[in-house]
Amino acid sequence: MSGLFAALFSVFAWIGSIIDPLCGPVGVFRWFGSGTLLACGDSGWGDEIAYGFLVTASLAIATLPVGLVVGFFIALAKQSNEKQLRLAANIYTTIFRGLPELLTLFIVYYGLQILVQQFLATIGYEGPVEINAFVAGMIALGLVFSAYCSEVLLSAFKAIPHGQYEAGDALGFHRGKTMRLIILPQLVRIALPGLGNLWMALLKDTALVSVVGLPDVLRQTGVAARVTKHAFEFFGIACILFLILAMISSVVFSALERWTKRAEMTR
Amino acid sequence: MSIAETIIPPQAPPPAPPRRYTLSRFIGSVTLGVWLALAVGIFLTVVNGWDPEKFSRYGPSFVSGLGVTLMLVISSIVMGAVLSLPVAMGRMSNNKIWSWLSYAYVYFFRGTPLITQLFLVYYGLGSFRPQLEAMGLWWFFRDAWNCALFTFTLNTAAYQAEILRGAIQSVPRGQHEGAAALGLSQRVAFFKIILPQAMIVALRPYGNEIVLMIKGSAIVAIVTVFDLMGETRRAFSRTFDYQMYVWAAILYLLMVELLRNVWALLEARLTRHLKR
Repeated sequence: MSGLFAALFSVFAWIGSIIDPLCGPVGVFRWFGSGTLLACGDSGWGDEIAYGFLVTASLAIATLPVGLVVGFFIALAKQSNEKQLRLAANIYTTIFRGLPELLTLFIVYYGLQILVQQFLATIGYEGPVEINAFVAGMIALGLVFSAYCSEVLLSAFKAIPHGQYEAGDALGFHRGKTMRLIILPQLVRIALPGLGNLWMALLKDTALVSVVGLPDVLRQTGVAARVTKHAFEFFGIACILFLILAMISSVVFSALERWTKRAEMTR
Repeated sequence: MSIAETIIPPQAPPPAPPRRYTLSRFIGSVTLGVWLALAVGIFLTVVNGWDPEKFSRYGPSFVSGLGVTLMLVISSIVMGAVLSLPVAMGRMSNNKIWSWLSYAYVYFFRGTPLITQLFLVYYGLGSFRPQLEAMGLWWFFRDAWNCALFTFTLNTAAYQAEILRGAIQSVPRGQHEGAAALGLSQRVAFFKIILPQAMIVALRPYGNEIVLMIKGSAIVAIVTVFDLMGETRRAFSRTFDYQMYVWAAILYLLMVELLRNVWALLEARLTRHLKR
């Protein structure tokens, strides 16, 4: 079984190295960066930066589904009939929308470390504990993202007329089925522009996780800048890479928006 | 045939059916309990771990950090507002070069993380030290505080320019035409008719932008400016007391919530003529 996983992993790694846009066979750094500071391999910083690019992108992509699901349930809680549930959800959003992202990250990173340490101490393990920066970043960014996401989804929920729920009842649908077949498709259509903005904010917030040691674009370029003393060039490259990510996402989101509105366009 | 001779005496309504104990109420109670336990836990750790010596040592530095944060946010918002005027005009102008330049400016500052921009200015411009010294600008970019102020001003100017542009373009065309029909000059029409209506639209986004700046200002701690976050980090690195982060969180939450409530009052006051 472990052999299968190893084989699968190496296949994925191979595919990744083929389509790597920065240091792959058709990568930008491979073609235009050789001989400069950006060369791939041991002579330059191209492959380190390419790895950082991958880490940044995967952190944002890994946070997105978590934040979306949590945000969806918080939006549901906010429009519940039960007072306690509404209050609890509102406390959640007030806290995580009001705290600076950096502070949330530190609280999660150090707090998690202290919690794990205390837990292990009760078991009997005394030793240094290192929390994975990727996981801490995912949790912190997920908290912030879900708080904002719940607001976007809540306003989208409010834009859906009550008759839609009644239509579901009239068809004899279960509540879950109404949600899945009638409400969600409309919800996605209404909430997509807001979610696109949140995704951009999430993408930019991933840069903060470099502060707790995650080797993302900013950290890798920062190391390169410190070693080579070419700070402006390397931080400029970090900016360009973030701009490229933003451009790709805006293309993807406009395509998604067109896809969700395809029924309206044919009319 | 029978006639009713007595009026039925008034009766109490039938008793409301007992509310079912739903799953959502259970979840609500549990999560509320978790929040309450968290609040009590934080309160107890603060009370138990209360150390007057620590408070007298780090209390003043927290206050000064708060001052630095507020100073940075207020001055960058004000300077950014001034700088956003030409950018917003550029975005709306018919001049190709001007409009393209301001578009690129806005795209760059909105598309990249604030922390990357800060590093680009603070560390990046540091590598141009001889040129900057020749231009006589080195004294400005040598200081982390100035770099932070510079970056934040440029960043918020880009966001504010977009807010301003969106607000001005949201004023319907008929308002321009109405002003023209009254024979008002372009300048008067803009300042007396378009801008007041645009500002009401822009009020809420401006409030959000200030909140974003308060939260974003925490990153200056990384480039050695001792704002609230920087003081917190310094205190934490000396004491390893987790409470420091709790205090900082409370102060940031207070700032943001205060601003949000003041802004909501302001908005209610300024839009009272729109209420029906």
